[in-house]
Amino acid sequence: MIERNATIASRVGLHARPAAIFAEAAGDLPLEVTIARLGEPADDAMDASSILALMGLGAAQGDIVVLRAEGDGAEEALETLVRILETDHDA
Amino acid sequence: MTTYSGVGVTPGRVMGPVKIMPPAITAPPAGELLDGVDPAEAAAALKTAARAVQAELRERAGRASGDGKAVLEATALMAADPMLLKAAVKLIDAGASAQRAIWDAGDGVATMLLNLGGYMAERSHDVLDVRARIVAELRGVPAPGIPDWAEPFILVAEDLAPADTATLDPALVLALVTAGGGPQSHTAIIARSLGLPAVVAAAGVTELADGTVVYVDGAAGAILSTPGEEQAAAAAAWAVQASTLGSFDGTGRLADGTEIPLRANVGGAKDAVAAAAANAQGVGLLRTEFCFLGHDTEPGHEEQVAAYKGVFDAFPGQKVVVRTLDAGADKPLPFLTDATEPNPALGVRGYRTDLTTPGVLARQLAAIAAADAASQADVWVMAPMISTAAEAADFAAMCSAAGLPVPGVMVEVPSAALTARHLLDAVEFASIGTNDLTQYAMAADRQLGPLAALNDPWQPAVLALVKATVDGAAAQAAAGGTTAKPVGVCGEAAADPALAVVLAGLGVSSLSMTARAIPAVSAVLRTVTAAQARELAELAIGARGAVEARAAVRARLPLLAELGL
Repeated sequence: MIERNATIASRVGLHARPAAIFAEAAGDLPLEVTIARLGEPADDAMDASSILALMGLGAAQGDIVVLRAEGDGAEEALETLVRILETDHDA
Repeated sequence: MTTYSGVGVTPGRVMGPVKIMPPAITAPPAGELLDGVDPAEAAAALKTAARAVQAELRERAGRASGDGKAVLEATALMAADPMLLKAAVKLIDAGASAQRAIWDAGDGVATMLLNLGGYMAERSHDVLDVRARIVAELRGVPAPGIPDWAEPFILVAEDLAPADTATLDPALVLALVTAGGGPQSHTAIIARSLGLPAVVAAAGVTELADGTVVYVDGAAGAILSTPGEEQAAAAAAWAVQASTLGSFDGTGRLADGTEIPLRANVGGAKDAVAAAAANAQGVGLLRTEFCFLGHDTEPGHEEQVAAYKGVFDAFPGQKVVVRTLDAGADKPLPFLTDATEPNPALGVRGYRTDLTTPGVLARQLAAIAAADAASQADVWVMAPMISTAAEAADFAAMCSAAGLPVPGVMVEVPSAALTARHLLDAVEFASIGTNDLTQYAMAADRQLGPLAALNDPWQPAVLALVKATVDGAAAQAAAGGTTAKPVGVCGEAAADPALAVVLAGLGVSSLSMTARAIPAVSAVLRTVTAAQARELAELAIGARGAVEARAAVRARLPLLAELGL
């Protein structure tokens, strides 16, 4: 299991357009990625490709989230997703 | 040729194919089970339906632009959302039918978003929309909502809800026709604000087949199937007419020079900017609900100040009449109104919510005063649903405490019209809301199609109440040896050019309407003198009924027929 932390950069937080961009990117990956707020148990993590789950997470700008994935290419996949979260898509 | 007749609400003569709006999707029966269907097959069918809905929404997003595109793209993602589908498949595995499973799963997600409040709560409607689309796909029936069609069409529906406005593209919809609804219904209000020809309460019209070419005359309230050359010529003439009748020079007056300021009804800064661009002489009705609707809690001071200032800034040096929050009846608000009232139109609504939830109105007045202080507009404030002089005096005292110098009242309740003289002792102006005044004078719910004929502001009883208000203002002035305080009209009635003439003749001092109606109203007002308007007002008020009143006045205003109004 690989873990990466990311700080939400978009001003509106992780919803609307930033959430759509992220969910779509996560959905395009060949492996399952989960997302949780920093400090929350891994068991409560949500499917990162679900825009509804992302909206339910309610992560605001500056909040830290944890991405988790397993298997081949997990490292590269998480790097890509971290970059998306750490870009301000409203700018 | 079949003719359907209804009540015309916006003039215009157009021809085109009809598209029937499918009825809303009803819930699958609670507890509906798979009933022998293999759960794996049911789950696969659900996923196929979800992907089909997603593809359709993506295709629409590809054709949209701006905010609409972003919303459609996000909604498309929701349609095949893994969390939503997983929850539904779990229910299918537990024995639920595919339709019931997606219905309940959608409910769960929508409730979660609703509980998050704010922006998320607004998105809960998108989840419910997606859910209905998936159920429609599973049933093999058309998706609910305004039909998606690339060519211009005449929209035919049972009735339209306020939410349908958001998805209605005025560039594609030629006219609106509904089988239900009345002249004051949401359909009528939507049509007037978009300037679309419209006919409501046209019974039987939903039986037309999709694609049938019809002719709609929004002034006469008629729909003709299989129109001929005569109708084609009338539609072509209207197209020319509409483009020449497009502008207003900024001074509403009668033929003899008597000025009747023509103001705009607006529901936010965007409307106000458009109204200012159309040369409206200020705002006669600022509906402040826009600032509150969709909120689960009261908006804060700064948010309200910014919203009001946005409107005031569009009209520097001009009058902006603000109506304080009018919640209740057809505009419920969770933190103000009681959804369980047996009779909401006669319940705690408008100014009356200050009795049950004191504080909201005082805070709104403080925000209006702050926005007033920061802008150049001449701000007047009025309360909706005032019934007695004592309420008017209480409202005036609240305005004074907030530092707002010009308090007024809406005249919507017959008691206010009949005691206007005493109400105007306490406040500086009155503005007649003809939609509610008609509903209350005739005891006819304004949303009900079968009561459309009663719900007509041409009813002589309604005109008599307008006259009583103007007479009350004159009596109040005579008693104090002053000039009469202004009595305006800000209901939809002011947007009917023939009725505008009657209102002017009854002594109303200003008219406020949707900005789109101003050019036509101005053009007709300029063809009559004050004396002629008074004569027409007498004809109308003395008529036996609404139909006779309208016919008598229209017969004396030949310009209306010429212009197709």
